[in-house]
Amino acid sequence: MHKLLTDSPGQTMLLLGNEAIARGAIEAGVAFASTYPGTPSSEISLNLFQVSKESDLYFEYSTNEKIAMEVAAAAAISGVRSMAMMKHVGINVAADVLMTLAYVGVKGGLVILSADDPSMFSSQNEQDNRYYAKMAGLPLLEPSSVEEAKDMVAYAFELSETLQEPVIFRTTTRINHSTAPVVLGNMKPRITKGDFKKDPFNYVTVPAVARKLHVKLLKNLEKAEEIAETSQYNFTEGAGTWGIVCNGVSFNYASDAIRDLKIEQNVKMLRIGFSHPMPETLIKNFLKTCEKVLVIEEGEPYMEEKIKAFAQEEKLTLPINGKGNQLFSRLYEFDPGMARQVIANHFNIPYTPPQIPDLSDAPEVPQRPPNLCAGCSHRATYYAVKKAAEGMETIYPSDIGCYTLGFLPPLSMADIVVCMGASVGTSCGFSKVTDKKVIAFIGDSTFFHSGIPPLINAVFNNHNFTLVILDNGITAMTGHQPNPGVDMTEMNLSGYVPVSIENLVRAIGVPHVSVIKPFNVKKSVSAIREALEFKGVSVIISREPCMLYAKSLKKLRGNRFQITDKCKSHRNCINDLGCPAFYLRKGQVKIDADLCTGCSVCAQICPEHAIAPLPRPLPEAERGVAGKKGDKV
Amino acid sequence: MNITRLILVAVGGQGNLLASRVIGEAALLSGIPVRMSEIHGMAQRGGVVESAIVFGDAKSTIISDGEADMLVGFEPSETLRALKKANSKTVVITSLAPLSPFTVAIGKGVYPDLAQVQNIIRAKTARLIALDAVSLAKEAGNVMSVNMVLLGAMTQSKKLPISSEKMKEAIAATTKKAFVEINLKAFDLGFSAADKSA
Ligand code: SF4
Repeated sequence: MHKLLTDSPGQTMLLLGNEAIARGAIEAGVAFASTYPGTPSSEISLNLFQVSKESDLYFEYSTNEKIAMEVAAAAAISGVRSMAMMKHVGINVAADVLMTLAYVGVKGGLVILSADDPSMFSSQNEQDNRYYAKMAGLPLLEPSSVEEAKDMVAYAFELSETLQEPVIFRTTTRINHSTAPVVLGNMKPRITKGDFKKDPFNYVTVPAVARKLHVKLLKNLEKAEEIAETSQYNFTEGAGTWGIVCNGVSFNYASDAIRDLKIEQNVKMLRIGFSHPMPETLIKNFLKTCEKVLVIEEGEPYMEEKIKAFAQEEKLTLPINGKGNQLFSRLYEFDPGMARQVIANHFNIPYTPPQIPDLSDAPEVPQRPPNLCAGCSHRATYYAVKKAAEGMETIYPSDIGCYTLGFLPPLSMADIVVCMGASVGTSCGFSKVTDKKVIAFIGDSTFFHSGIPPLINAVFNNHNFTLVILDNGITAMTGHQPNPGVDMTEMNLSGYVPVSIENLVRAIGVPHVSVIKPFNVKKSVSAIREALEFKGVSVIISREPCMLYAKSLKKLRGNRFQITDKCKSHRNCINDLGCPAFYLRKGQVKIDADLCTGCSVCAQICPEHAIAPLPRPLPEAERGVAGKKGDKV
Repeated sequence: MNITRLILVAVGGQGNLLASRVIGEAALLSGIPVRMSEIHGMAQRGGVVESAIVFGDAKSTIISDGEADMLVGFEPSETLRALKKANSKTVVITSLAPLSPFTVAIGKGVYPDLAQVQNIIRAKTARLIALDAVSLAKEAGNVMSVNMVLLGAMTQSKKLPISSEKMKEAIAATTKKAFVEINLKAFDLGFSAADKSA
């Protein structure tokens, strides 16, 4: 049985934040869940996916976040408790739904989880999604800890049903990826069947209806504000006159700092966990008891601006600070030391920060950036494209996935990355205004997610570029989730209908389509060359399973390779491929047999034919049986 | 209760997330408040994986520079890279088996000299326990047990509020059945190696 289905209320379990959120949803009786995977939210959906195989919870990996939100919205409108989860930038994709879904409302609870990523540990920006709640007019909840996250999910469902509105549940990476002991609660039974009652004057958002619905939304917002005033998630601690207002993880750093600085007697803290709409009366009353206020929030001055506006309305002149010089930054995540320092500065408390060792005499440590795995098919495709495009002036728009890692030397195969699908859209523009050869890269999952409409655009407007679809048959980057191209029988799941990328591309009317097997270097280079010479839209589908996924399915074939004494140390292998299985020992090129997966690309490009298979095939352990490399022992 | 802050740094695939898990479970078994956080987005792509573990009555799950009571590096150059987390009272444990980053192979960096790495750590912290965790793991029977070797060394240092017994109980409960025996042996080897280095 999945551990999140453990039915023993009161038991303490060590849970990852994302597991706690999934458990919270299960305790609340969530019966329908959808997502497009994205770090730092991925483990919530992964756990619900696993739970769905053992229960009547419906779960789906939707094609993109907009669809995930629509699918869940329909379930909630039909009265079923539903959850749509995504990373912060996923809300951008789903924003179109969100804004009008707020007008339409729901019947069963709908929780929309936005996993924000301050510091951009695995994201292209660090946008603060609290503003989405403000823009949409929806209630917003933000937990401070793993334990609180679990309980707050259940609260979010209740709130959603009380207001008949979706509720946005915002986390940050440090909640998603922290672990703490969590006390399990009771699990509500799941109600999996709903009903849709026709009600066009509330559901069909033509202008006349929408005007009415906006009035309803604003009324709901007033109701939400009333609830926020007394919500258990907006609370004060302490009785001093130095005010601190905080949210999310900042609450933890502030609490620890107050104790470390021994200013418990001086401080009064207001923790805001229900942060849209902001509890006006609660905040105004808080301000009236303070001499000076510090607002601690990662990201944008979302609370600070509102608090200052409240003070102005009350004609309060106390100093209120948050973001600024000597204060907190709008950049990156915070940490306990930083919060302690700013609190000490702001309230004039003597404080000596801990001594960070002076490392000026230490040798420089070589960088260790993440790299495409040894045997990754993307490396082979990049190499072949580079060879085929030799002598051409190129622009390489790329997209979001493992393959983005190919932007680093020695591959250097990405010139611009913006958002999901933008490789194809920007190619249309680049090819119009420059005379360079535009070659775009997109993965299979990203192509399904948002690469298809721009490809249609390219065909219709007769643009001139080559799109390489890196089809490795899985959503690799976020941990090998399925996408519409995946053969689900490999995961022992039935009832799915895989969509063929090739058929799709041909059906769109792309005039030049070719399919390559990237581990066959020569053939790939010549097929790519032909596609590059074509005037118009050409698509190359480079098809080879993700090595890491193949390994997990025990499908890795082929021999490992070694460097023989024919090696003349040209180092083409190392310098052109950048495969992490290579290393140098006393100036000699070597292959780490533990890392080599037998793709054979290096052997095909070595001018001396000095790379040869090891006599033995891959040992059992390398094929993905128990104890495989990278597996937890 | 007093707060103890522990940082684990490793290269993706070295098993530090499992080590954190074991420590967390051991704390739970011992009734000690514990919170942890990890940055592991790129773990499987050879990047650096860092876990922070905070024991005691703190709410924060991360550890600021200069504030770790113990720093454990699964790879010597990574231990050095993370040394800014330490202070003059920190106990540092490092494996001495290098995993050269790929940047070195393509000439974009030089792997630091191991003796120099140890001297620097010794000069700036309270104690350095240096051991070849890879050899010890192999001796125990599985090269993947590097994490267990280091758990043994951590426990020997007595800087953590967790006993040997609880740590072993957690290893038995958390790691795969087929590996428990090897893992416990690796733990013991790490424990005695740290003992000798005192
Ligand atoms: S996980 Fe798969 S797609 Fe990603 S780098 Fe590794 S082999 Fe390539």
